[in-house]
Amino acid sequence: MTNPPTDQQKNWTLEKLEDGRMALNMGPSHPAMHGIVRILLTVDGERVSDADIEIGYLHRGFEKTCETVTYNQCIPYTDRLNYVSPFINNAGFALAVEKLMGIETPARCQYIRVIMSEISRITDHLTCIGANAMELSAFTVYFYLINAREALYRLGDSAAGGRVTPAYARVGGLTRDLPPDFKRDTAEAFKILKKNLDDADKLLTRNRIFYDRLRGTGHISKEDAVALSFTGPALRSTGVPYDVRKASPYLVYDRFDFEVPVGSEGDNYDRYLVRMEEIRQSVRIVEQALAQLPDGPVNHPGYDVILPPKAEVYGGIEALMAHFKLTFEGVKPPKGEIYQAVEGGNGELGFYIVSDGTGNPWRLRVRPPCFSLTGGLANMIKGGYLADIVATFGQINMIGGELER
Amino acid sequence: MGLETSFGHSYLTTRLDAAVNWARKYSFFNYPFVTACCGMEFMSAFASTYDIARFGAEYPRFSPRQADVLFVVGTVNEKLAPVLRRVYDQMCEPKWVVSFGVCATSGGFYDNYATVQGIDKIIPVDIYIPGCPPRPEAVLDALVKLQQKVDRESVLDRKYK
Amino acid sequence: MTSYLLETVKSKFPQHVLETHAFRGDETVMVKKEALPEVAAFLRDSLGFDFLMDLTAVDYLPREPRFELVCHFYSSRHNYRLRLKCPVEGNAPSVASLTPLWAGANWFEREVWDMFGIKFEGHPDLRRILMYDGFEGHPLRKDYPLKKRQPRIQHRD
Repeated sequence: MTNPPTDQQKNWTLEKLEDGRMALNMGPSHPAMHGIVRILLTVDGERVSDADIEIGYLHRGFEKTCETVTYNQCIPYTDRLNYVSPFINNAGFALAVEKLMGIETPARCQYIRVIMSEISRITDHLTCIGANAMELSAFTVYFYLINAREALYRLGDSAAGGRVTPAYARVGGLTRDLPPDFKRDTAEAFKILKKNLDDADKLLTRNRIFYDRLRGTGHISKEDAVALSFTGPALRSTGVPYDVRKASPYLVYDRFDFEVPVGSEGDNYDRYLVRMEEIRQSVRIVEQALAQLPDGPVNHPGYDVILPPKAEVYGGIEALMAHFKLTFEGVKPPKGEIYQAVEGGNGELGFYIVSDGTGNPWRLRVRPPCFSLTGGLANMIKGGYLADIVATFGQINMIGGELER
Repeated sequence: MGLETSFGHSYLTTRLDAAVNWARKYSFFNYPFVTACCGMEFMSAFASTYDIARFGAEYPRFSPRQADVLFVVGTVNEKLAPVLRRVYDQMCEPKWVVSFGVCATSGGFYDNYATVQGIDKIIPVDIYIPGCPPRPEAVLDALVKLQQKVDRESVLDRKYK
Repeated sequence: MTSYLLETVKSKFPQHVLETHAFRGDETVMVKKEALPEVAAFLRDSLGFDFLMDLTAVDYLPREPRFELVCHFYSSRHNYRLRLKCPVEGNAPSVASLTPLWAGANWFEREVWDMFGIKFEGHPDLRRILMYDGFEGHPLRKDYPLKKRQPRIQHRD
């Protein structure tokens, strides 16, 4: 099998083109390309007249690798898809396998998954805004927001034992229950978060420079955004109120009172505002969930799904067999295929799983939200100034792990 | 510094190595070659809570020609390998390389058609930091280790090309 | 509701629909390869499926036809989802592109070409996206070995 002819190499040299425009290379190792993306630009003076985006520098064979391991062994790999909001991936993948198996987890588990997902979403948005502000020379904001993120990382650390890569969910439950002081710790972390967020808000939202850099740049229309399969804050900034948590509520999202912020212009400033408001809404969800948090078990009762308690493994043959089979063969969903979508930090994160009835997935496909966003990036930067690429790219919040898997 | 009042118009003698290494180890300019998840902990290490500035290494240079320490943060795959080699080649001597996280160190749990099994297949490495991703404390520890390593070097050892 | 959607597609294209099923609430229509653009256009224009959420492929190696192209559609107006699949034979696989209908199909199809080697007729710019020029084979095919590396530069010892 041969590749079709490509123009990658012959057209893109760093030189003046015949019509007077310039070809310019940005990345893959470039301060504004957080992560590693290469943008091949044709510029007419300061205006971008054409852009070609080259990705794949962080392709790690996630989908192929997952075909060779059991379902529960996929969970650490899902952590590293969108590593800024890892718990959403954990929960999304576990939900997908549970849907395939036709089981439901206990209420407490679902509440904990919601709490951890929303904390993850906050860290995602904090990182996005902080990095974006830093690239636009507002370095102080970066320190404020990373400070808030640090408080939330400690929270995740206390619950899951990992700051960035928790691997907290399991098919049919969680690795462990929340620690005893989690409510109090969350309240304290949120105090830090709210203070830092308010400070950042005061520094950025009505800041003349920040406003001018974001308002009107990276514009995309509602129709284009839908045609390009945009989801998440980038879609909502154009005024389409699509949020998986509201449209097809999973876990227990239908029990909470929260708003889906939408923009009207579809530019970078609206995306920034949507993200800021989503942080506040996520705080509301976590507070409600902690208030409603029911008691009870966190894991599914079936020993064909979740590892039995250690006391029973050491004391009884049934549990020992279940432990052995689960460890070696893993959970075995029936034959079939399902698609489960959750709202990730950047939009709809979908898991499409094809099972052949064995312990390994036959095919595991992730629908990464920022794949579509990065695919549409060329449309958003064309016609704009070279310097605005930094602002637009920051607000797209490209995450290499999930973009290229 | 107040030293001039105690020393007056006197002078200090020291070994050349000691003076040069003292200057080098407390003023690393690093080039963050950030690719993946480890970047989150890299950001944490550089932000206020962990504050790598205390060790004189807070100032990232995004031009390889101005950097002393190359931090390779995250997975490097076959597509990126030539880029990494080129960045390394562009750095001026003396230069050091820190492999940040298990993916950069050994490929980590990614062992497939796409990934490089450790950046030492591409460029020489001075310090390895384990962890997936390493905690910021480990980063600071590695930085201190690198300072100790620099301290043991002689200015005559380095081969200038 | 469930049957309504599947029935509508089935009655509109009786000669093209190979199979329909709903597993765990996911409604699926399997159509002939030739009819894919036509059915997709009908879904978009008459049934209100405005989002092409995902487009991917699956390799069922020993079986023939070997590949399946899988599209997930979402309608924001009616808030429902549909999966549209078509079988693609293993020998010189190709299928019509959906880029004229959804601009977002561009990258999805490039990825399927890169990973599975399925050609898309009418795609404006079909080239590798995740792997690099000079990479031989298509890694997500079941007959591509997991650890077969193709380095671009020579590795050190």
